[in-house]
Amino acid sequence: MFRRFTLAGSFLLLLMLLPSWVWAAGQKATELVVVADTRGLSGLNLYLANLYNENLWLFATWAVVLTTVLGVGLGVIMDFIMKRTGIDLTSRKIVEH
Amino acid sequence: MEWLYMHMPIAGVDIFWPGLVLIGFSVGVIGGFFGMGGAWMVTPGLNILGFPMAFAIGTDIAHIAGKSMISTMRHSKFGNVDYKLGIVMLIGTMVGIEVGAQIVMVLERLGTIGPVVRWVYVVFLALIAFMVFYDYAKAVKSDKQKAMDPHHTGATGGINWAPSLHKLKIPPMVNFKVSGFVCSAWLPITVSFVTGVLAGFLGIGGGLLRMPALIYFIGCPTHVAVGTDLFEVMISGLYGAFTYSLKGRIELVAVFVMLTGAAIGAQIGTVATKYAKGYGIRVAFGSAVVACMVSIILKQYNIELLATIIILGAIAVICAYIIAIMFKGAAQELREKKMGSTTPSTAH
Repeated sequence: MFRRFTLAGSFLLLLMLLPSWVWAAGQKATELVVVADTRGLSGLNLYLANLYNENLWLFATWAVVLTTVLGVGLGVIMDFIMKRTGIDLTSRKIVEH
Repeated sequence: MEWLYMHMPIAGVDIFWPGLVLIGFSVGVIGGFFGMGGAWMVTPGLNILGFPMAFAIGTDIAHIAGKSMISTMRHSKFGNVDYKLGIVMLIGTMVGIEVGAQIVMVLERLGTIGPVVRWVYVVFLALIAFMVFYDYAKAVKSDKQKAMDPHHTGATGGINWAPSLHKLKIPPMVNFKVSGFVCSAWLPITVSFVTGVLAGFLGIGGGLLRMPALIYFIGCPTHVAVGTDLFEVMISGLYGAFTYSLKGRIELVAVFVMLTGAAIGAQIGTVATKYAKGYGIRVAFGSAVVACMVSIILKQYNIELLATIIILGAIAVICAYIIAIMFKGAAQELREKKMGSTTPSTAH
């Protein structure tokens, strides 16, 4: 019992010490800035490139939202198609480790 | 043949788009089957197609988030996702990734980052592969002993560390119903923190490390480890997509194209788990890990072409294996269903 508490205590101590080491780290190096070339672009490509150049926060938000919407949308569509194959998609016979 | 190339507005390169669909498809298959994002496959693949490395990493992470969403939805229907366990592990994962990334910054300032990261990656991949194959060999030996002597009372199955770790009674104790055990919440938090640190340090999603950790240290059944890990990858992928977008290193058009292939691949990989036994999944996973490790060692010695051939070859072989499992299993199931429905009733 005492050995288990010592082990658990050591783990917790390590978890508490690590962040203090992290905060001691210095400044980050400056990043390379990329500018999208909007010449010759149209439609969605032009919109995304302009957004990228002008407002990275909105671009990042759109990236997450669109990835989520597309992921869920494609998942729902594929779920519909897979159901029509006749395969049982709610259970599996093999239940083991 | 110009129509085969698509202009990427942000990276400013023309990319062979069928290659993007193929990468998305194969990573969808492999990721859905093993429960991981597949960064170790996608990033070199995108780099080969022509993406600058920073864009390859950022685009990969965003695509992984979307693909994992599709796989998680499918695994959830099979009952393979332990959401409670996934959410508890997120705490450790997110903190761990940030700590790992900070370690990288420190090493970068010391000027030792490249070789250290690569060799640490190789060591951990070797450990994982050893663990998986040792576990399999132990399980096979145990089954043989049991078959020869049904009254054999020695330890059965493969590696079994999780039950000992479950005995640590540090509150809060949580009942993870889907995974089928009760343990201290600190166990999954600690395991996910350690895998998060490694993932942040190695610059990967972490599925490659977290999936075996879920099986061997936390004690999840293999199929639940696959599904739950994909849920984790989905959340950390969305976070990664946001971070890389803020850094301006993501090509959204490529993400959308890859997701179309991934949507189909993820279904195949996920449904294939239905017809594969736990140990079958583990052994195939171990083989993928060995191929990844060999490829990294070759890259360390600048044998780039062979490294690429090995990784792409491994992806193709494993993909074909999983697709075969899925179609064979599905054909068998549909045949049995048809026989069941055409058997004449004998009841009066």
